[in-house]
Amino acid sequence: MKKILALVLALCMIFALAACGQKAAPAAAKTKIGMVTDVGGVNDKSFNQTSWEGLQALAAEDSSFEVKYLESKTDADYQTNINTFIDEGYDLVICVGYMLADATRQAAEANPDQKFAIIDDSSCADLPNVACLMFAQEQASYLVGLVAGAVTQSKTVGYVQGMVSDSMNLFGIGFITGVLEQCPGATVLQYNANNFGDIAGGNTAAKDMITKGADVIYQAAGGTGIGVMNACDEEGIWGIGVDTDQAVVLGNDHIITSAMKRVDIASQDISKAVKAGTYTAGVHMYDLSNGGVDLAPTKTHIPEDVLKLVEAAKADIIAGKKTVPTTTAECPTFTLG
Amino acid sequence: MKKKKHFLDVISENRFIHILLSILLGFLVGALFLVIMGLSVGAAYGRLISSVTSLKGFSYVIVYSIPYIVVGLSVAFSFKTGVFNIGAEGQFVVGSMAAAVTAILGASIPKPLLIPLCFLAAMLAGAVWGVIVGFLKTKWGINEVLSMIMFNWIAFYLSNFIAGLPAIKSEGTAEATKNIPVNASTLLSKDFINSLGLAPTANWGILIAILMTVLVWFVIEKTTLGYELKAVGSNKFAAEYGGISVNRSILTALAISGALAGLGGALQLMGMGNRISIFSSQEGFGFAGIVVALIGCSNPFGVLIAGIFYGALMYGGSKLNLEGVPTQLISVIVGTVVFFIAISVIFENLKRLKARDDRNAEAAAIKKAEEKKEEKK
Repeated sequence: MKKILALVLALCMIFALAACGQKAAPAAAKTKIGMVTDVGGVNDKSFNQTSWEGLQALAAEDSSFEVKYLESKTDADYQTNINTFIDEGYDLVICVGYMLADATRQAAEANPDQKFAIIDDSSCADLPNVACLMFAQEQASYLVGLVAGAVTQSKTVGYVQGMVSDSMNLFGIGFITGVLEQCPGATVLQYNANNFGDIAGGNTAAKDMITKGADVIYQAAGGTGIGVMNACDEEGIWGIGVDTDQAVVLGNDHIITSAMKRVDIASQDISKAVKAGTYTAGVHMYDLSNGGVDLAPTKTHIPEDVLKLVEAAKADIIAGKKTVPTTTAECPTFTLG
Repeated sequence: MKKKKHFLDVISENRFIHILLSILLGFLVGALFLVIMGLSVGAAYGRLISSVTSLKGFSYVIVYSIPYIVVGLSVAFSFKTGVFNIGAEGQFVVGSMAAAVTAILGASIPKPLLIPLCFLAAMLAGAVWGVIVGFLKTKWGINEVLSMIMFNWIAFYLSNFIAGLPAIKSEGTAEATKNIPVNASTLLSKDFINSLGLAPTANWGILIAILMTVLVWFVIEKTTLGYELKAVGSNKFAAEYGGISVNRSILTALAISGALAGLGGALQLMGMGNRISIFSSQEGFGFAGIVVALIGCSNPFGVLIAGIFYGALMYGGSKLNLEGVPTQLISVIVGTVVFFIAISVIFENLKRLKARDDRNAEAAAIKKAEEKKEEKK
């Protein structure tokens, strides 16, 4: 009994000690930015992580920003997390991902004075207090498609998608358009993992494609995609990353390049706008022309002539001389949609 | 001479102290991790406590705890009856999907009829999910733990499949079912919530959870059925010898346990979730139920309290990031608590070893004394 008592007392002391720890002094008025992740969590090596890193970088260079994130474990947590930031008086709530669209709409309607931003969703564009940060993912996917079409020797490439939806399909449509333009008649093996977190499943799917002759594989599948990239590394074929510069993030030397989506820049822009008082609701489009999407800095493995060709295509798109298709009707080879 | 009670004796004899100690140790280990990471223990635990003690915070805790209580009851019930319902996860999923389908397709049915209908559908689905596993076990002796884990995945993909059907899927871009109609919602009225300043998701599901707690306690403690199930749980051979059909008991236990888990799914959907997303990973309510049942000592009222405790950890824990503390801290705490509860077996064994040593020492002493007597003669 004595020992229990001792233990309990010791615990009490720890808590008491800890309790008289820091009580932060009220700092000068800061611009408080809150970010709510989707169920992928903040370390998803994908857009949750990228946008959080963007906000962290912002806070590091400008100390008048205070940035915080809340992770959602289930679909039902979105509303709670958004409300936590509202209750804490945050200036801007950034909701990462289209899964939060309904929760954002609900919160935005109930709190008309609160500013919101949502990534990858345009369904809230009609609300006066929601900025919709959209990305032309088909443009970056098209560019990596050109790369894949140029470097494939077996004329067979693979593509793994995390889920079928209009927004996700843009990746596949852009990629396949690029591949077929560069390598007419190529076979594109396609797989819908229906899962953003299944590393083992991604690995198996990629190995299956490799057995069928694929020598370049692109993925837009979050954590499942990590498995795909690992398989490319193990089998010694080219993989193409997505969202971040995955060759660097994953430390994988078989990633020839990645289709970057600068979620970090988008969340920084909107945060700066809130501070400067220039925040506007509605759709904010990020594409090749403003650097919102692009090829990753890692492209050392891409042959010189291919790189030139890609740069030319990029210039054409920016100049408006070329448009990348966005619907399955324009790209019948894309079969997942 | 009155022997002083040993520390281990106290712990193994008093479950309550044991659980409390485990929880304290959980927080201690959590504090240790915070210190290692160079974070403020006071800020983290202060936020944890302050976020659940306001009226609004507490109403959130209650909302969060509803599914944990009911699923905890489901697992606790199965523990009492000698089956380990690790399949509560799957039963929860099919239950909530059954409720969602009923609610979406039956949107025109009036509220007083639709809500019980959704509950029934969920319980039925959960029960069926449990009974299939029970059937495999009783008919062909297939280990229920294995088939339950597999059935969790079948439920997972079945739910994703149904959520993608045109009649069920959301019309917007969301990868989820349609929102359930207001007729099937257990939310309290907006005016009531706003006037008290409660959580926007405050709902009366907690009443069902409390009702179920009492009901489960009554069935286990006060009915013949409960007596039979418990008898099978403690020794199935003795129970069979006593004329109880073991197979029927297992099926009944799994049906009831499954129905409870399914109901948990419905309560979560109709109170808080409002829709079911296409899962990318298991949401883990069933596994949380196992933790709650363990902390609650499989006692229905214990489970009620443990469920609220777990809900508080989950809700308070969700805010830890505001202090720069990773939410995984909660998993560390919960994991440690479960670990210390589960090692009660070790306490028991230590006690037994100590008792044996004591006996040996006593025997040796007696022997020595006798030898001395002999010598004197």
